[in-house]
Amino acid sequence: MSVVFFAIAAILVISGGVGVVAARNIVYAALSLLIAMVGTAGIFLIGLAEFLALVQLLIYGGAVVIVILFSLMLTRIQEFEFLTANKHWPIALIVAMCLLGLLIISILIEDSTTTTMGSTNITELGLSLFKDWAIPFELASLVLLIALIGAVVVVRTDNEEDR
Amino acid sequence: MELIYFQLLAAILFCIGIYGVLARRSAVLILMSIELMLNAVNINLIGYAAFSSFGSAHRNLGQVLVIFIITIAAAELALALAIILRLYRNKNNVNVDELDILKG
Repeated sequence: MSVVFFAIAAILVISGGVGVVAARNIVYAALSLLIAMVGTAGIFLIGLAEFLALVQLLIYGGAVVIVILFSLMLTRIQEFEFLTANKHWPIALIVAMCLLGLLIISILIEDSTTTTMGSTNITELGLSLFKDWAIPFELASLVLLIALIGAVVVVRTDNEEDR
Repeated sequence: MELIYFQLLAAILFCIGIYGVLARRSAVLILMSIELMLNAVNINLIGYAAFSSFGSAHRNLGQVLVIFIITIAAAELALALAIILRLYRNKNNVNVDELDILKG
């Protein structure tokens, strides 16, 4: 039964991904990214990671896609319509296909020891995050803070003419 | 459910992201393709975390790593969009094959 749900979510993820790399209009590409992110949240649910599925929906569905759409709104959107791939796209397709073949071969020849699925409850995850991984967690928050302040500094204009 | 389903889905999504990074012209679309590749890595990590045969002490290592990847991806996205906005304001262009201001 979970295989059926996995197949539905995988179809969502792959069609969203193809929409991101193939859409002519960048707004459609951003909405395809939203579809792919929602499908990824479904994959996380099937992989018994309920907390991360919620985080995925909140951060990617609620924040990342909205930020991308806002950045398209702040620049002029007419310039982004009717996008084409660059003239080297057959080479990119060949590279991607070769990498896909390599990855699939290496997945298939791996001797997979079959284990049963085990879940991690959210209490264990929180305890591990704040006991074993406390310093990396704080460092990650520091990296996020520095990046957001840096983003504000980069887009700020010093002269008066843009205000 | 088998682990190989997660691995195959992650491989396909990663290669879609690779194609997007190499083939698209707009910097915003390249950024979205990078997000797709990061999500492929997250799917792989969730699969390994669900099927891991480690002890209970390391059972949730995969999910902790996914939390860190999501954090770094958010930081990267904010900074990259700021750079793209600045580039648009200065050059009126975000197509990466027409921006050669670093060429000597």
